[in-house]
Amino acid sequence: MKHTLSILVENKPGVLTRVAGLFARRAFNIESLAVGLSEDPKLSRITIVIDGDEHPVDQVTKQLHKLINVVKIRDLDAGNAVSAELLIVRVAGEGDKRTEALQIAEIFKAKIVDVDRRALTLRVVGTNDKLEALLELLQPLGVLEVVRTGTIAMGRGRG
Amino acid sequence: MTPDKKMKGSRALVAALEDEGCDVLFGFPGGVAIPFYDALYDAENLRHVLVRHEQGAAHAADGYARATGKVGVCTSTSGPGATNLVTGIATAYLDSVPLVAITWQVRSDLIGTDAFQEADMTGITLPIVKHSYLVKDTADLSQVLHEAFHIASTGRPGPVVIDVPVDIALGETAYHKADTLDLPGYKPTVKGHVRQIRAAAKAINEAQRPVLYLGGGVISSNAAPEILRLAELRRLPVATTLMGLGAFPETHELSMGMLGMHGTVTANYAVHECDLLIAIGARFDDRVTGKLKAFAPHARIIHVDVDPAEIGKNVVPLIPIVGDVKPVAAALVKELQALEWSAERSEPWLARIAERKAEFPLQYDDPTDGTLAPQFVIQEIDRVTGHDAIICTDVGQHQMWATQYYTYAFARQFISSGGLGTMGFGLPASIGAKIGRPDKTVIDISGDGGFQMTMQELATAVNFDVPVVVCILNNGYLGMVRQWQDLFWNKRYSFTCIEVQPDFKLLAEAFGAVGMRVTDKDQVEPALREAIASGRPAVIDFKTSPEENVYPMVPAGQEITEMIGGQSRKGRKS
Repeated sequence: MKHTLSILVENKPGVLTRVAGLFARRAFNIESLAVGLSEDPKLSRITIVIDGDEHPVDQVTKQLHKLINVVKIRDLDAGNAVSAELLIVRVAGEGDKRTEALQIAEIFKAKIVDVDRRALTLRVVGTNDKLEALLELLQPLGVLEVVRTGTIAMGRGRG
Repeated sequence: MTPDKKMKGSRALVAALEDEGCDVLFGFPGGVAIPFYDALYDAENLRHVLVRHEQGAAHAADGYARATGKVGVCTSTSGPGATNLVTGIATAYLDSVPLVAITWQVRSDLIGTDAFQEADMTGITLPIVKHSYLVKDTADLSQVLHEAFHIASTGRPGPVVIDVPVDIALGETAYHKADTLDLPGYKPTVKGHVRQIRAAAKAINEAQRPVLYLGGGVISSNAAPEILRLAELRRLPVATTLMGLGAFPETHELSMGMLGMHGTVTANYAVHECDLLIAIGARFDDRVTGKLKAFAPHARIIHVDVDPAEIGKNVVPLIPIVGDVKPVAAALVKELQALEWSAERSEPWLARIAERKAEFPLQYDDPTDGTLAPQFVIQEIDRVTGHDAIICTDVGQHQMWATQYYTYAFARQFISSGGLGTMGFGLPASIGAKIGRPDKTVIDISGDGGFQMTMQELATAVNFDVPVVVCILNNGYLGMVRQWQDLFWNKRYSFTCIEVQPDFKLLAEAFGAVGMRVTDKDQVEPALREAIASGRPAVIDFKTSPEENVYPMVPAGQEITEMIGGQSRKGRKS
């Protein structure tokens, strides 16, 4: 099962290196990692998605807690969190393919952000599952380039 | 000094060190370290010990910290000076030793340019520190030092690196010590959970065959008195790890000695048979457990540790207690005192352990080739110093014999690189230990291999009048590797024979130390007495049996009851 960890860290130089280094050192694989400022300018929030079957999440969080700059860690429950990821994809789009790409884009509420004679570039926000589904549908048309931000997430309510 | 007076960053750092109660630091200067060394030149309450190689500075600070319980401090210049500290920092990290390493760095504006003597020290040490700093503002420098001391010495102790660009030392700042530290992410758990402690007390009270398994955490927590009370209260037999030697007096009837790869038969079998294993400040290391699945197969496990990440890492305990050993052990004693218990209950188990002790003592044969038994040399050191010396070691066979044949009676008495297994640790660590504990006889038990890795520190010992006694168990081999080659590699002694070695007696004399060589059994004691009485640094070269092995031995990855050489006294031929 995938686990989404929301890690509140001090906004200081080198903190991301410490977090990423810990994962490398303990041989934990990261599926995605996103980092940015939080509501407090002194703190940043890192969202990390890991495969919980592969690594004991308990051990990962305990090791993370040992980092002096890590203030708080939450293992977000998928059923009780909002999450999103931004994806930009360039897909081949000439003739019929272009029509099909446009239809798919509309279904997924993707925005066309660039276009030329041969290709379309779509930008879409959604859950990891939604983005995977979009890419699967675009694959037969010819996916030329993909870039993703990694998931960011937040617990629901006040929890 | 008036609090708001402006001073150079380097001077503020010295003031901060003095405020932390630091009275000695070990180091070696260099280009970008000059401003700091200039400030040290005027320091009245801070002694600097000039080592001969930076690795020696880190190990000496480490030995000082282990012997005293205080934070050890070392310093070096940038680049190669700093990288020479790395082995020492890693050694301290693996053994949870409070160490602050101040490394000087090239000017801030040169960082990242591959400047002369530039090395990314915070980057290099990232995996081997508890925390590290790259100081970017002179105003932060003293506060960073106070934070570093706090982090190094609290919770699970460990090394902290402070990397300081030279311009930070030259900048002006006002020094004053803030009342609070701003560490929002650092709150070590000290007191254990009350309900867990109660559950543990109940389990201890009910156990038929309990064993206390003590690690280095007992020593770093200064919890030996509380542990002694706990053990005596329920007559718990005690096995210690290498790092835990001295946590419980080996002169005590409840002591079973060390467990693990080179542990006693009694300790390993007791762990195998026990119904309750009380692990305190220990981490179920592979050198202790052998084959993990077969470790303590009949036992319920209580695990007390200040580091939550250690609990459940290798073994999942029935009763985990996160907390500092000292208050947790005291709370356990209190809980147990309220429970009814009869000493008769412990008798069958203790009788069984006593039988084992009598049947399977540590034993060795005298060599027939006229050389000394290394075990005998250590027994003589034990006898001559009356279980009262601080013993430092290098790593290898002599280290294991030192664990087996010296009788450790108090905490902080045995100083050895357990986790990292750093050869060359012994001599510089003994210098630090002796400086920290001038009242104690300090003996470095070393091998001819390990001693040659840091022997230049003899000059430091002579220079600063640090009378440590180095006992080289000289077998002409890298003995532990040779032993593995002997037992598991068909005696193919690939590069483990030290064919050429210096004359250690002359070498010691060349450094200005006392040098001796001992080849006869009856010369061991007089030589030790003479070296100790000399009041000078001394080296004794003991010619020991070349192919003697350390027994008992559990081959790596085997069950700890599968011991080579742990034979019964009855079944012995000699």
